[in-house]
Amino acid sequence: MNDVERPAGDPGRRTLLREVRPYGTGEPVDLLIENGVVAAIGQQTGTDADEIVHAGGAVLLPGFVDPHTHLREPGREDAETVETGSAAAALGGYTAVLAMANTDPVADNAVVVEHVRRRGREIGLVDVRPVGAVTAGLAGQRLAEIGAMARSRAEVRVFSDDGHCVDDPLLMRRALEYTRAFGGVVAQHAQDPRLTPDSQAHEGPNAARLGLAGWPAAAEESVVARDCMLAEHTGGALHVCHVSSAGTAEFLRWWRSRATGGSVSAEVTPHHLLLTDELLETYDPRYKVNPPLRTDEDVRALRAALAEGVVDCVATDHAPHADQDKDCEWSAARPGMLGLQTALSVLVRTMVRPGLLDWRGVARVLSEAPARIAGLSEQGRPVAVGEPANLTLVDPDAEWTVRGAELASTSVNTPFEGMVLPGRVLATISAGRITARDGKVEPVGGRF
Amino acid sequence: MIRHLLTADGLDGETVNTVLDTADTLKRTLLGREVRKLPTLRGRTVITMFYENSTRTRVSFEVAGKWMSADVINVSASGSSTGKGESLRDTALTLSAAGADCVILRHGASGAPHRLAEWLDHTGTKVVNAGDGTHEHPTQALLDAATLRERLGELAGRRIGIVGDLLHSRVARSNVHLLRTLGAEVVLIAPPTLVPEGVESWGATVTHELDPQLPGLDAVMGLRVQAERMNGGFFPTAREYSIGYGLSAARTAKLPEHAVVLHPGPMLRGMEIAPQVADSPRAAVEQQVRNGVHVRMAVLYHLLAGEESTA
Repeated sequence: MNDVERPAGDPGRRTLLREVRPYGTGEPVDLLIENGVVAAIGQQTGTDADEIVHAGGAVLLPGFVDPHTHLREPGREDAETVETGSAAAALGGYTAVLAMANTDPVADNAVVVEHVRRRGREIGLVDVRPVGAVTAGLAGQRLAEIGAMARSRAEVRVFSDDGHCVDDPLLMRRALEYTRAFGGVVAQHAQDPRLTPDSQAHEGPNAARLGLAGWPAAAEESVVARDCMLAEHTGGALHVCHVSSAGTAEFLRWWRSRATGGSVSAEVTPHHLLLTDELLETYDPRYKVNPPLRTDEDVRALRAALAEGVVDCVATDHAPHADQDKDCEWSAARPGMLGLQTALSVLVRTMVRPGLLDWRGVARVLSEAPARIAGLSEQGRPVAVGEPANLTLVDPDAEWTVRGAELASTSVNTPFEGMVLPGRVLATISAGRITARDGKVEPVGGRF
Repeated sequence: MIRHLLTADGLDGETVNTVLDTADTLKRTLLGREVRKLPTLRGRTVITMFYENSTRTRVSFEVAGKWMSADVINVSASGSSTGKGESLRDTALTLSAAGADCVILRHGASGAPHRLAEWLDHTGTKVVNAGDGTHEHPTQALLDAATLRERLGELAGRRIGIVGDLLHSRVARSNVHLLRTLGAEVVLIAPPTLVPEGVESWGATVTHELDPQLPGLDAVMGLRVQAERMNGGFFPTAREYSIGYGLSAARTAKLPEHAVVLHPGPMLRGMEIAPQVADSPRAAVEQQVRNGVHVRMAVLYHLLAGEESTA
């Protein structure tokens, strides 16, 4: 249990995937998994595998990695636990998730992050990687024990005050500098708090008409611009969480076209790729999220930025909330939406079907890029012999109706309730073992 | 007729005119009566649920209900459901279960009446928005329209100016929608910091200068400058605001002879409106309050007394 080094797999266990199409290209092939790694790819005739999955030509991708998940444990187990969140992740095709630090107590010390990592291993459905807080208690006053978390058994590499912006420029500078010692990255929730007092919705005609205090895109864009400059100045690594505006995408396009010091990466959420503030009409808080749903123009710009690689990856920002925190008046509701089990389908609808991404592109934005950003060496690897068997099998043609009550999360706050979405995860294989198959999880403890 | 009264936005002209005509009928019926009491809503229970302080609106609804013989119960809730207290949903369901035929809600959260209407939809309890956050205050717009109709006749083609804190004003939002529905032209006048984004799409003209507008207006409505919502320094000083946008005597002298001055109250005398203007014959402030009772009677009538018209 204390060995946190590497996913071990099951010694000697052989799993055969029949008729899979890696990256959705070429003729179907068979893929043999042994000891947690891909042992062979080709035509396997007559096999002695312990388990055979008949994929019928389904698309095989590297296992998904979510750089931004809220598992709510410890503190809000009435909304989600590591166990239910892990199940949602496995069912959504994920083999690794980064669990955000805004728990209670906050993940700002080695004890909490080790607890979360250990819970993930015990449950064994997905590699749960804790994110550490940048500032103590997420209070934005002084740095949390970043080094202690990095050197702990949790091996934290990503630090974020997500939910809050590290708005103090000096503190942000120090965080970007300090994390260089161990190759860490600072994931910023870019929101200038002075520009967004009591903010409830995207600042624009809809919010104005509905009488909801505005959250102007400039409050994100100005912080992103500042942080990019600080990353360049310090040589630190910046990751921009949940890019939500056309302006941020446009700035990142320009910034990343220059040769600069430091490193900048960015993520976009499925909901910002599909939904707009037109949905706020009924004041149903299931559509309340931070940063807020914006306009059609923003949606189009974010899709283009993701296709181009200006935005590196997709992050769910999976944010479960208990009923009492959502079934209330808009301004009292907590921001956030479920996302783990709908991310792939939303991506298929918004990017794959319109021709903006092919399946290699999906592998890039759901697996390779987030694994690289988070420094997860076993994740986001090529579908190739000798590589760790973290894999996701996708039926690209299936359609399904989203029902919050049928999702694995403890909470039901999906903004896609009732929507018919394309693409479905058939199976998820994590470190060589099937963790989810045909909509059911197959839990095995003690593997990470 | 409508199921609930949540917004002025989306109310069609026929509905608005029906309510205004009913209010007018009720007003004339009660005029000069010794006992101002109609049996219309006898046996009906109306509950006012006020999560924000208000004297005029609550009293107006209470009087409206009582003049129609409804049982009116006032619930004042301090603070909102964001604290440790009972949720808005549970409170509403409790009041409905206790027999409320109609809940009149004043709440600090924009959209709270929409949520309430959704939660109570299966119970048959009606919801009236008595002001929600910075969103709407539809009965205020109805009583303003009733007042303007009395003073000016038909509103189609009339030019109405609304001046002040448009950004935070639910009165302004409801009035723009309702006046546009009745065919009036609306001119919104405020410093740029108090103009909501996308206001052009409301179908009103927006300007930052009041004086050039005055000679062309049939009515001007001064909005409350809501000090409690001013967390961001929207203008330098109250004095500067008053110089630019206050309804002074000199300024209102530039209005046409027939033009009306409205204010939803409570008035900040001296800053928003000069005392001699507020008390002048062209000011309709008290008439607005009087009409408020009749308009709210009409709203309760149409929501609670069935589909048929009074005429």
